[in-house]
Amino acid sequence: MLIFSEYLGLRIDGRRANELRKITCKTNVIDYTDGSAYFEQGNTKILVGILGPREAKQRSASQTTQVTLNVEFLVSPFSSVERKKRSKYDRRSVEIATSIKQTFEHVIIGQLFPRSQIDIFIHLLQQDGGVLEACINATCLALIDAGIPMTDYVCAINAGYVDDSPMLDLNMVEEASFDTPNITIAVLIRSGKICLLQLESTLAVDLLAPVLELAKTGCKYIHSVLDSTIKESTQSMINSVTL
Amino acid sequence: MLRSRTFVKKTRKGNVIKLVKEHYLRDDIHCGFKECRNPDCLQAKAKLEELAKCLQQHEKSGSKLTPLSSEIEPIDSLGKVYIIPDTNEFINQMDIFENPLIDNVIVLQTVLEEVKALSIVTYNRIRSLIKDNGESRNWYVFSNEHHEKTFLDRTSSESSNDRNDRAIRKATEWYSEHINEMGVDVVLVTEDSENRKKAAELKVKTMKFEEYLLSKKDCSHLLDMMGNVDIKSESNWEGYTPYLSTLQINEGLKEGFLIQGTLDISPYNYLEGSIYGAVKELGSTEVKIHIIGRKNMNRSISGDKVVVRLLPKSEWKKSPSLALVDEDEDAVVKSEELSSAASEVNPEVSDKNEDFYPKKKQKTDSVVPELVNTDSSHLLDVGEPTAVVVGIIRRNWRQYCCFLDPNMEKSASSKAIGISSNVFMLPMDRKVPKIKIRTRQAKELVGKRVIVSIDSWPVESKYPLGHFIKVIGNAGDQSTETEVLLLEHDVPYYEFSPKVLSDLPIEGESWIFDPERDGVSNGARKDIRHLNVCSIDPPGCTDIDDALHCVILPNGNFQVGVHIADVTNFVKMGTAIDQEAANRCTTVYLVNKRIDMLPPLLGTNLCSLRSNVDRLSFSCIWELDSEANIVSVDFFKSVIRSKASFTYEEAQLRIDDSSMNDELTKSIRELNNLAKKLKARRITNGALTLFSPEVRFKLENDSQDPLDVEMKELKETNSLVEEFMLLANISVAKQIYSKFSDKSLLRRHPEPPQNNFLSLNKSLERFGIQLSTQSSLDLSNSLDSAVLEGDAYFNTLVRILTTRCMMQAVYFSSGTLPESEYRHYGLATPIYTHFTSPIRRYADVIVHRLLAISIGFDTGSTLMKMTNSVMSEQCNMLNKRHRMAQHAARASVELFTNLFFKNKVVVEDGYVIQILQNGFSVLIPQYGIEGIVYLARESKISPEKKPASIVYCKESNSLKMEGDDNVVIGLFQKVKVSLQVDDKPVAANVSSMRRKLTLNLLEPNIPGLSAALEKKQMLLEQSKSSSSGISDNQIIQMVENMTSESKIQV
Repeated sequence: MLIFSEYLGLRIDGRRANELRKITCKTNVIDYTDGSAYFEQGNTKILVGILGPREAKQRSASQTTQVTLNVEFLVSPFSSVERKKRSKYDRRSVEIATSIKQTFEHVIIGQLFPRSQIDIFIHLLQQDGGVLEACINATCLALIDAGIPMTDYVCAINAGYVDDSPMLDLNMVEEASFDTPNITIAVLIRSGKICLLQLESTLAVDLLAPVLELAKTGCKYIHSVLDSTIKESTQSMINSVTL
Repeated sequence: MLRSRTFVKKTRKGNVIKLVKEHYLRDDIHCGFKECRNPDCLQAKAKLEELAKCLQQHEKSGSKLTPLSSEIEPIDSLGKVYIIPDTNEFINQMDIFENPLIDNVIVLQTVLEEVKALSIVTYNRIRSLIKDNGESRNWYVFSNEHHEKTFLDRTSSESSNDRNDRAIRKATEWYSEHINEMGVDVVLVTEDSENRKKAAELKVKTMKFEEYLLSKKDCSHLLDMMGNVDIKSESNWEGYTPYLSTLQINEGLKEGFLIQGTLDISPYNYLEGSIYGAVKELGSTEVKIHIIGRKNMNRSISGDKVVVRLLPKSEWKKSPSLALVDEDEDAVVKSEELSSAASEVNPEVSDKNEDFYPKKKQKTDSVVPELVNTDSSHLLDVGEPTAVVVGIIRRNWRQYCCFLDPNMEKSASSKAIGISSNVFMLPMDRKVPKIKIRTRQAKELVGKRVIVSIDSWPVESKYPLGHFIKVIGNAGDQSTETEVLLLEHDVPYYEFSPKVLSDLPIEGESWIFDPERDGVSNGARKDIRHLNVCSIDPPGCTDIDDALHCVILPNGNFQVGVHIADVTNFVKMGTAIDQEAANRCTTVYLVNKRIDMLPPLLGTNLCSLRSNVDRLSFSCIWELDSEANIVSVDFFKSVIRSKASFTYEEAQLRIDDSSMNDELTKSIRELNNLAKKLKARRITNGALTLFSPEVRFKLENDSQDPLDVEMKELKETNSLVEEFMLLANISVAKQIYSKFSDKSLLRRHPEPPQNNFLSLNKSLERFGIQLSTQSSLDLSNSLDSAVLEGDAYFNTLVRILTTRCMMQAVYFSSGTLPESEYRHYGLATPIYTHFTSPIRRYADVIVHRLLAISIGFDTGSTLMKMTNSVMSEQCNMLNKRHRMAQHAARASVELFTNLFFKNKVVVEDGYVIQILQNGFSVLIPQYGIEGIVYLARESKISPEKKPASIVYCKESNSLKMEGDDNVVIGLFQKVKVSLQVDDKPVAANVSSMRRKLTLNLLEPNIPGLSAALEKKQMLLEQSKSSSSGISDNQIIQMVENMTSESKIQV
């Protein structure tokens, strides 16, 4: 399938190679949590709730020097065309949950909360490609909303290589094409370090650099969106306090 | 970065699922004109340039992004205009759009998407047209669906077609306002009057395509390519049955009362088609289902994928097939009388001669004895299923080489040019029905080969409707006929495009080896220029793929190297030159010319391993012990300097001449010894030595007319080279398969099913010979023992016939088959590939790339593009092109045979190699040609000479004379035949347009079948004196007096 047409210069949904889908996000959307965020990237929609830090439920799982992260990833049955219920223990869900856990373990300053745990609940409401990237971005927002100390913003994006051109933020149709290599990276914005890199399908080594380059610029853009959201919500919080 | 609104589109398809897609509208889509000063467009251009920089694609700068120019040639009545064609224009008139005269075209995205949905082939043609010529011909794709000012939402009362039409009008309106200030206008080209009316309300100019072509300079001749044939109601013709709906077809296929398959037309009878499919009543195995007569074939053409419904059992086929060789063959005289009376061209006249099958059957049954392949005759007792076509799944229409129906020539030539008339064109391919076209130049088409394309086949029309594309040349010309056979075999023979040539090394002819650039300095490529490498090829060979060397090692073993031209060094994956080669797949060798896979600069110069120049190569080096066992093998890229390029003969002379003892000669001798050992081992393993007759023509230098025909000869040195090439191929196959078990390109030769040999073995019984076919080793041994005292050619004959029992060897990707299927039967090796001829076969190019990656010379980025689907598609392509190249080569031999026998009558010995019910085929070893001697033909014999005297005898598989057991024609029998070409003027009738060689039986003398005695004398005399200039007329007369006639089928 031809996703990227060199004559039109546009992708299947009208974007250019270096353009992201529209991002809408909001923090503090659920009252019973300690922090929460709603995140939309195109048609991928995600809701994240954070509980904690709180005392570890299971003694055995708690660490004496570190906080324990507990990530649950749930896919809603109406999230895509096929209405199939997926358990939170299916392989794909577990994989995503593990990736998120590993990404944030190093960003959260865990030494501050020994013997306690933070629960991250991610609900995938609707999916249209780039699920992992959206989950990370949403989790990052929710953690900030919960006031959990972190060293840096974590922003994620996926990028691929289609028709001899690197391409940013693949949607489901673009991802679905069997041979399309698809890299998801998460970047620590200030240090510029990559804390997650996941590749589907195969990508030649010499093509990795241009794809990563493009993905990093994408992350910077995402950071600007997240940052302004946080600033806005903080501002409105300040406003409500002064009132 | 993102300046767009989100839209949500919902579509429903199939199982009613909801698809949600984003659709971004933009304000930065450029109109495509480089002079455009509109602020939006300026901004868009800046953004595009930034994007190109961002993606590091510098080549896509400036002009490529905005190719259109307002500086165009104005059209008389319209001024400077660009045309915006609607969807149907592309679907129906793509052939015209491909003509370079059609420039200044804006293709809307809406149109492009609609075309894609209707015909993916046309869509791809538009895309490649824009890709290759967009800039030079001012073609541009405008993304109106994503432009915020031209996007339209579908209203609730509107069909999607109406919406698209509206979107097209809207975009045209936008354009006409947008580019107005540049003094350019746009015209919407559409045939739809409703659409034109609505467009007029928007003050948008519209036109019919015909009107546009008429007003554009030099384009009026393109009108012939418009396929608007009007269908006159034909007398006593009730029309075809309409097809079932898609829904009914799907339902029927699911329920099993409809069957689908690919229509195959019998080579003997154009009114008899068949498909393979499972018939419920006959179990689950696939059987041949006959579709007999035009009416039942219901507008399907050979190769179409059709859906059929079985006819009731009472109508199943019980009688054997008939032989109808040519459509309208003998209709010339009758219709000429008629058409001379008719002042107007009346294509229906000739139809009177050819009716539907049942009638014809009655007419011919009594006269024509059946031409049936004897193998299938036993099936006739049960009856074979017959069916009628009720639907088409996919058409397989292409462009056909045709000639004007001779029946219409008289009236056609009286027509003045410019007045349009309907004519019938007969395709060269006998399986395709004649095509009705409308032309203004009927007179010009007489005696020409013409390309015609089929547009449609409506229910009311007896024959398909098509349109003229172009004239190739005069029928009978060597160059025209060569082009025809290339076209008919789908061989891409056009010149290499400038884009392809631009991928060649910029140094051109003066390219020289550079250690720095070619990787010798950094150790990637080995310098082995010191070795005594030489090449051995046929005389006159300019594309030298391979070279050899041999060195005796200190330990007494031999180091043998095969060096193959390093084509992949010049043909990089994904470049235009690579894509071109991937499409051509193989070099095609015709008698008089070669259609190259790679541009000659590479093929015959830079890649060719010529002597005494530095050339890059891919080397395969073995250490062999004295018994030619492989001790070790190594592969690497290298640079060599061939010391000499020998012909087979020269190399043979060096081996034989004991006075020559230089290094090179010694190594050739060693190679020869090793090759003999390799060959002996191969044969004990069961490799087959098969034989198919190959001929070589001696051509006159200037005119390229054939002077003489001879069989190709084989020398010992042929087999020297062959052995090492086989060894290299096998070693490489093992190497790439060990590294890439799922995507290696290999070549396999399936074992032939046992019953392929049944009829051959039955015929050999008479000579007390039995071929044992259990394994290739058995077969090879029994072939060696199949000799007949006193007939040296007999063994070769048996080998030729055995070859015909074999399956075709094919390329495949290793991931697609289980390992047990990899065997190469003919070579008796478990794994095989092609590595040694990358200049002339694309398969070898792929194998080179795989091998280069496997030894770490190349990075994996090339491997990434070789996905399984790409590989298996490429394999299909390779197999198809390979087969077609063989057929084309054979057709070329046939053509030159015919040219050679023109104005000649030659008497030769031949062997009967196949018995048919109303004839037999004869192989003439002298020329390696084969033809059928028919017992009789419908029109040529009078009732008293009816060949009832000759009957087919099933038990002995022979033809006997009734009441006289002494006259028998059996398999392998030696006969004497005369050969000549029907030498009437080419345009005289159908059979001379499809020029064929005729064979006449001279010995044994069978009354009514062999030529009469005195005629035989005459023929013999004439054949002796034919060089002394006998008049053509005499020969023609004789030919017509013949009682038996045959056609060559090489």
